[in-house]
Amino acid sequence: MNAALELGLLYGIMALGVYLTFRVLNFPDLTVDGSFTTGAAVAASLIVQGVPAPVATLAGAASGAVAGIVTGVLYTKGRIDGLLAGILTMIALWSINLRIMGKSNLPLLREDTVMTPLRDNGLLGGPWSILIFAIFALVLKFAIDWFLSTDLGLSIQATGNNEQMIRSFGVNTHFTTILTLAISNALVALCGALVAQYQGFADVSMGIGLILVGLASVIIGQAIIAGRSVWVATLAVLVGAIVYRLVIFLALAAGLNPNDMKLISAVLVVAALLLPRWGFLKRVPSFRQLNRRAVRA
Amino acid sequence: MLTIDHVTKTFFPGTVNERVALNDVSLHLDEGDFVTVIGSNGAGKSTLLNIIAGKIAVDSGELLIDERSVKRMKDYQRAAYIGRVFQDPMAGTAPDLTIEQNLALALRRGQRRGFHLGVTPARRERFKKELLALELGLEQRLKARVGLLSGGQRQALSLLMASFTQPRILLLDEHTAALDPQRADLVTRLTKSVVERDKLTTLMVTHNMEQALRVGNRLIMMHEGRIILDLPEEEKQKMTVAGLLAEFAKIKGAALDDRAMLG
Ligand SMILES: Nc1ncnc2c1ncn2[C@@H]1O[C@H](COP(=O)(O)OP(=O)(O)OP(=O)(O)O)[C@@H](O)[C@H]1O
Ligand SMILES: [Mg+2]
Repeated sequence: MNAALELGLLYGIMALGVYLTFRVLNFPDLTVDGSFTTGAAVAASLIVQGVPAPVATLAGAASGAVAGIVTGVLYTKGRIDGLLAGILTMIALWSINLRIMGKSNLPLLREDTVMTPLRDNGLLGGPWSILIFAIFALVLKFAIDWFLSTDLGLSIQATGNNEQMIRSFGVNTHFTTILTLAISNALVALCGALVAQYQGFADVSMGIGLILVGLASVIIGQAIIAGRSVWVATLAVLVGAIVYRLVIFLALAAGLNPNDMKLISAVLVVAALLLPRWGFLKRVPSFRQLNRRAVRA
Repeated sequence: MLTIDHVTKTFFPGTVNERVALNDVSLHLDEGDFVTVIGSNGAGKSTLLNIIAGKIAVDSGELLIDERSVKRMKDYQRAAYIGRVFQDPMAGTAPDLTIEQNLALALRRGQRRGFHLGVTPARRERFKKELLALELGLEQRLKARVGLLSGGQRQALSLLMASFTQPRILLLDEHTAALDPQRADLVTRLTKSVVERDKLTTLMVTHNMEQALRVGNRLIMMHEGRIILDLPEEEKQKMTVAGLLAEFAKIKGAALDDRAMLG
């Protein structure tokens, strides 16, 4: 249960990244599956080589930003469909991640990681580590809230909302699109780097299906906490990420095995997309939007 | 101020769909000119505006703003000089953002956008003052999402956003066409007062001849990619809708005669 809360808060960082692309930029970015692992791979291999864990973690996040930039450039300059651009980067990252790690699994158990102080003091799995994770996630949330309310952040929101309009006010939407993808994937990769250190290893397949976890978090969160303003939405995303973990925790406790989790994620997302069309949730605005997105895609 | 020099634009050249949208068009606007543009469907009016704004690249010819060529500038770069309002009331604003956020976006036209808060108390005061002039009560709804506004309100807001930073040129493409007569009238009045207040150099496309005669200090008529009539202020004041129609019929007839002769 406590572990579920910790994981929820950690994966909440990834969900914030997914929120930035899917909801703010209105861009279905599938790079996530790859950049999550890239963050983990970069951080893990640097730590193994003796680089201080915080530096390695930041490097992991930066590698995610690069992945996001690649997708953004393919989409804007290369005029490749957004979904395809993300898939291309994601697939390419599979090979790159293997190169970075040198093998498909990189253990970190005897290394000094950012989790080591918590683990050595027996805090992991307890209220203190939950508090620390919560503070970290909230700091990122507030940073995003603030960023999106700046002149630059508003132009990013407008890019996702009405691209023609914001161009007519002098915004280079190629730039805002690439920037958002970079920030989003940096968050996702940061999450990957932290998760690897939390679980004690990086694995080349740890990102598979992750986009569904992110989407499920965003959708569940907005079903629980409705509201359009950014700070409500980012809070909802974090709550959604935690609730998602709790659902998974309960599913496991009910006897399902970890390999069933991808199926559960997919069913959750499908349910969240279909239910509103059957009436009672039709009023929730975020659902309508995601539905449109889903129907189009 | 704005010079369009022998500009030609052909869509789908060399195909069966070839369409000459602008045929060797030249036009010069002086500072403070308010030009209304009329012409039949497909005459090339929107294409003319799109070419000025940089949405569409010219095939040949030159385009100058303040004596500087802008031909190679991208649309978002030219936006520093050019404000636009589109026909579709949905096109000029971001529906999921609030009124004050939309105005904050518009305020930074052509300027660097950094980490300053978009809506500050000082800016909010300014927005209130600007909105007050619309007389729609929007100054009390700064935090309302723009998507909640009616088409007329949105178009009035679009007009404000396009103009209140005083761009060098204001382009209006049938921006009252999608509104009911009452609201169209309101937006027309606002247009007049905004343009006159800041002496904005303006090109306004309209299908409403009466409106085209009522506002502005100059009128041009387009047909099949050419400017076929250019009325300066005094002649425009004397002109009537009937007169315009007669003029149009005459020129169209002449064009047909030409073609008959060539054929
Ligand atoms: N983006 C485009 N691609 C292809 N053809 C176009 C494009 N834009 C305009 N055209 C064609 O160019 C010609 C001029 O169109 P334009 O939209 O400029 O006319 P208009 O005078 O604005 O007409 P309306 O009064 O109907 O708005 C038309 O034949 C049109 O089909
Ligand atoms: Mg037109």
